Amino acid sequence: MSDRKIVDAKNTFCPGPLMELIASMKQAEVGDELEVLSTDEGSANDIPEWIKKVGHQVLDSFDENGVWHVIVRKEK
Amino acid sequence: MKVLVIGGGMGGTIFANNLARRMRKELKAGKSSITMLSASDQHMYQPGLLYVAVGKMQPSEMYRDQTSLLEPSIRFEVDPVTTFDLDNNYVIAKSGARYDYDMIVIATGSRAHAESIPGLNEHALQFYTEPDAVAMYKQLEKFEGGKVVVAVGVPHKCPMAPLEITFMLVDYFKQRGIWEKVDLHYTYPIGRVHSLEPVAKWAAPEFERLGIQYETFFNMKEVTQNTIISEEGSEQAFDLLVTIPAHKGMQVIEDNGLGVSGFIATDRQRLNMEGRDNVFVLGDTTNIPISKAGSTAHYEAEVLAENIAALAESGIAPRNYDGKVFCFIETGEGKASYAMFDYQNPPDPKAPTAGVHWFKTAYNKMYWASARGLL
Ligand SMILES: Cc1cc2nc3c(=O)[nH]c(=O)nc-3n(C[C@H](O)[C@H](O)[C@H](O)COP(=O)(O)OP(=O)(O)OC[C@H]3O[C@@H](n4cnc5c(N)ncnc54)[C@H](O)[C@@H]3O)c2cc1C
Repeated sequence: MSDRKIVDAKNTFCPGPLMELIASMKQAEVGDELEVLSTDEGSANDIPEWIKKVGHQVLDSFDENGVWHVIVRKEK
Repeated sequence: MKVLVIGGGMGGTIFANNLARRMRKELKAGKSSITMLSASDQHMYQPGLLYVAVGKMQPSEMYRDQTSLLEPSIRFEVDPVTTFDLDNNYVIAKSGARYDYDMIVIATGSRAHAESIPGLNEHALQFYTEPDAVAMYKQLEKFEGGKVVVAVGVPHKCPMAPLEITFMLVDYFKQRGIWEKVDLHYTYPIGRVHSLEPVAKWAAPEFERLGIQYETFFNMKEVTQNTIISEEGSEQAFDLLVTIPAHKGMQVIEDNGLGVSGFIATDRQRLNMEGRDNVFVLGDTTNIPISKAGSTAHYEAEVLAENIAALAESGIAPRNYDGKVFCFIETGEGKASYAMFDYQNPPDPKAPTAGVHWFKTAYNKMYWASARGLL
């Protein structure tokens, strides 16, 4: 858990949180956990939808003081 | 103070010229120096590649001699760096020469890395280098109709390029009189047709108007001679595949352990490499989660030049980079738009007009004044 990678995409519009996550996923190993931080509410839907399509897993998703945290695990 | 600039592209050039003007007296008195090391004696205006790929610009129009763009007080060497010793403030370059510094600015750029997708290099057209853009145009000229798929990797430089090449292809096929025989299929990695929501909202109906098919959540996995397969399980047959592969930073960055995939962890506002006070990073080489674009490199370079000049004079750097990005969007049919945003303000692109297209056409020439720091 200690080496969960943070993908800090707060206050950025382009390429945006999901694109940042896709790029980070490529660098990650199977089993790695990544936590995306985003101020874009759309990410809360966008990221889980993509994760499901590709076959990874969403572990948690919550809003903390206006920042969305979406925690995912690379499954393949 | 000895300032060493690694890379003579958009970021490095604009930074070095701006700093040279700010430090004119110190440079003249020999109290300070600016040295730039680059991999080429030529400076390429990379946005020109889009036009070369569809036959609207000749390759030679994209280049100027690097020395012709630099303030005479800047020492320029074509001697690419092979080793960074950031603990001891020096680099070693290909010639074997050692260059010492007090401050170093790394702006070595990024490159398309098609090798990460099996079959992509062999079967896809690309336009992110001069040979690739020329080869793409040659293939387009032979094409008489069929299915064309556009596919995009993440990350990539120039966020507008996927849309621009698509609209430029429509114009190209129309001009050739074969548009009726072309089935154009645009794909994009996330759940809308562009990363910027307002741009996506405008582009999707535009695709429908023009008869361009589009598919979202499409991340390349594998390419065979005439089929592309996505991570999401979609399969598209093609006669021509036009692609922007996922990018990496330069190999030398990875080889020296400066950053994963060749991108250096950089402070969003101060632009220093994380954990180091005298190492700064500009443009595509940073890992800052914003657009890898010439305008990003340009705005960062101006902030950094002001800060480094101030550090040399008073020891205090006054400015923060605010995340500003400006991108033109060529939308075909002789029109263009633009998007401007920063860390706080989202983009609000306006409807495309002929005026913006002409301004972009003029900017393609004015860029050289901008690189010299005159614009
Ligand atoms: C097809 C295309 C269209 C584009 N369109 C636009 C656009 O419309 N608007 C926009 O804003 N941006 C656009 N861009 C993006 C823009 O060109 C880049 O984001 C910009 O050039 C980045 O600047 P940079 O200084 O980080 O890197 P670069 O300009 O790529 O410069 C890197 C420099 O580093 C040097 N170098 C490499 N390795 C070494 C080494 N080992 N040692 C020393 N030097 C080295 C290289 O020779 C080069 O001089 C486009 C790019 C492409 C490919």
